[in-house]
Parts: sequence; structure tokens; C-alpha cells
Amino acid sequence: MNFFAACKPMTRNEMAERLARDIPEGWYVNLGIGAPLKVADYVPVEREVIFHSENGVLGMGPAPQPDQVNRWLINAGKQYVTLRTGGSYMHHADSFALIRGGHLDLCVLGAFQVAENGDIANWSTSDNDTAPAVGGAMDLAAGARQLWVIMDHQTKSGESRLVRRCTYPLTAIGAVKRVYTNLAVLDVTEDGFAVRDMVPGLTLDALQKVTDAPVRMAKVNAGAAS
Amino acid sequence: MRQLIAAQARGRAVKVTIPMINKIVQSMAEAMAGIRDGAVVLLGGFGNIGQPHALLDGLIEQGAKDLTVVSNNAGVGRTGLARLLDLGRVRKIVCSFPRTADPVVFEELYRAGKIELEIVPQGTMAERLRAAGAGIPAFFTATAVGTKLAAGKEEREFGGRRYLLEEALPGDVALIEAWEADRWGNLTYKCSAQNFNPVMATAAKLTIVQTQHVVELGALDPEKIMTPGIYVNRVVHVPYGEPLVP
Repeated sequence: MNFFAACKPMTRNEMAERLARDIPEGWYVNLGIGAPLKVADYVPVEREVIFHSENGVLGMGPAPQPDQVNRWLINAGKQYVTLRTGGSYMHHADSFALIRGGHLDLCVLGAFQVAENGDIANWSTSDNDTAPAVGGAMDLAAGARQLWVIMDHQTKSGESRLVRRCTYPLTAIGAVKRVYTNLAVLDVTEDGFAVRDMVPGLTLDALQKVTDAPVRMAKVNAGAAS
Repeated sequence: MRQLIAAQARGRAVKVTIPMINKIVQSMAEAMAGIRDGAVVLLGGFGNIGQPHALLDGLIEQGAKDLTVVSNNAGVGRTGLARLLDLGRVRKIVCSFPRTADPVVFEELYRAGKIELEIVPQGTMAERLRAAGAGIPAFFTATAVGTKLAAGKEEREFGGRRYLLEEALPGDVALIEAWEADRWGNLTYKCSAQNFNPVMATAAKLTIVQTQHVVELGALDPEKIMTPGIYVNRVVHVPYGEPLVP
């Protein structure tokens, strides 16, 4: 595609690094399973960002060394993790009370589609799927103070994931505040998608060509997270 | 065991026998006694961690069928919950995430239309269990508003936000894995193996526990007991070591 000749889309790791830069120190953050978990790799442990895992871990640290695995300590993706100094455990009802009660500053989820009104679809691609599996995504999307999404700008077959209205089953309505794609960072505003940042070489016109929903430049390019 | 104590009655010392509370049972058959066909079984664990595999094997042996199982996941491989499903003993599963790595048995049954599935958002499931244990018949939550999981549920607005009415999810039986237990049924848990266990322990008529360690009454620090014995009916000592896979 000619379009990509002029610019270089970000890799998954670069997207995670880009998002991690915007997380202020002191925030309590839940990272969804899959791509969002990579964000933790770009928050050095000396920066006090506290990661929550909905299976009851607050203060989750990185993966353990192979010879130091605690077999009783996993994250929501069922991978072995560590607990950083000051971390704590809780049961599921408390873990989701923390989410539902609006105590998390941020949740980062992956998605199939995000709509210009902030709707998110991330748990099922069709109604005739194999057994649907929602996990904690609906609770996190509805409960966290802010929801950011990290996903590729287009599907593998070239369809826009940023849409006017989601066509896949919804996870939550009006929940997404910001989207990090491999091409741009966009805020979800009352007037739709507003571009904060694009990969070098990309123009707004070129971005619009690969985006189903209308995009415009953000009025003020505030540096850190709002 | 019985304990003798002295009591004063009409000025005379008499000996009275008082039954001692001892919830520790000596066999799996004793632990599983009375679980009926059609029971709603709350099964603790998140993936493999905190899942009471010995109790699942006990339930398989015990024979109850037509069960409804409430569990975050729908079983892995062909053992434990997957085996219970494979044996055709489960009519319905209530869970948030049946698509764990290698959920072969569940997928087969689901595709063949041989098992009913109720998908519940994970936090709503935890709160429905908590509500059941706390005597709250239903509650409102913003989770799943506007999604297909809201179908058929009452919706109300509070402070300008939409909420769904979700009902409590009580069980007939809860199968729980603990780290330590005493004869009163006081429990502690290990790291992230708490997960659904403490809340399910409160939500069933009959709570059965498998524990790594049995300790003397008084050995558990009262400030560290996570499930007070009032919620627990039976305890089996199963010192199996560590879960081998997550």
C-alpha cells in the first residue's frame, strides 16, 4: 500500500512504549490481557505506577526469573508474575469493588472496534462465535475512571477499527477516552476523534483515508494525560 | 470427641458434656455426603490457582448429576472440572471466561448443544456471589449497560447514569481451596489463590473446603483469618503441594 511508504507504523512494542509515556506517576492502572500487558514493560519499577490485576493483585510486578516462580501468584492472563514491595492481595469481590467503585485511575484494553462516541467492542466478533468469553472487560470498561484502548488502526484485511458506530457486540457504551493505534493517538471527544499525535510522515488527510470515522486535529495538544 | 466441663447447678458441681465443634472430616466420602442431583455448585479458583481439584475428584466419585456449576472458567484439558463436564454431569455452567487455553471438553459440549452457558461479567459474578452471602437479593451495576448481556434486565438511572439490576447468585454447595484451616473452619488463603474462594464460601448452604494445612484451634492469628468458620461446614486435609500449571 502506497500509503505506508510515506510513514512507518509503530510496532506493538513502540505503541506500548508510547502509551506508557503518558501514564503519570502515582496512578493505579489495570492492563487488560494481551497487548495492553506490554505497557508494563515500559514503566520502570522506580516509577511508582501501581498495576492492578483483577484476580486480586494490587502492586503487580514483572514476570519472575524462571527459578523464582511463585506458583500461587498469577495475573489475569494466567501468567506467573511477582508482587512488588508494598503490594497486596484481595479476593474477587473486593477486586471488582475497587474497579466498579471508580478507584482505578486508568484501564487499558485491547479492542476490535472503537466508535467516535466512545463505544468499545472487544469481546466477541460475532453473534455466532464459539463460546463467548467476556472476562472482566465489561466491568473494567464501565468502572475505571479512564479507559484507553491500544489496538492496530486497521484490521488485517484493511478495515478501519475506528468507526462511526461499532458493528461488533459492545463491551461498554461511551467509555473510551483515548485510543493508541500504530498510526496515531486520538482522544475521544464530544465532537468525535481528535488527533493528538501521529507517526512521522503521516498527514491528517492520509490518516482520514484509512479511518472510517471522521478525524480532526485536537484543538490543544496538551502534553500529558488529562 | 467430647469435652467435659464442670458447671454449677443448684449449688452442686455436675459434669455436663458439650459437643465440640470439629468440621474436619476424615474422608472425601464424608466431605461430599448429601450433594444432590440438580445442585448449584460454586467452584472456587481462577484458572488452576485456588481450584479445589481434590474436591472436584470427590464430586466426580460421589456421583451427583444435572449440576449447575458456577466457576470463572470452564475447565482445562480433561481433568478436574473438564472431566466432570466430560462425564455429562453438568447441565449448565455460569462463568465469565470459558475460553481458557485448551478448554476442549467445554467447547465440544457447547458446539454440540449439550451444555447451557450463562456468560456473566467477572465482577458482576463476584458481586452476585457476595450479595448472596450478605443477604442482598439484587443490586444495580453500570457493568454491561447497553450490551447484549443487558437483555431482559431491568434498567434504572441514578444520578444521570444507567444501571442494570443484577440478582444474587446463591449456591447449594461451595467447593473451596484454602491454605490453612482449623477445626472451627477458620481459613487463610495463599497469594492470588484467594480469588473467588472467600466470597463463594459465604454464598452456599454447604461450604466444603480442601486445605493444604490443618492447624490447632488458636494457631491462626485472628487478624489474618480471611474466612471466619461461621461460613464453613466441612474441611478436608489435602496437602498436595503446589499447583503445577497456572
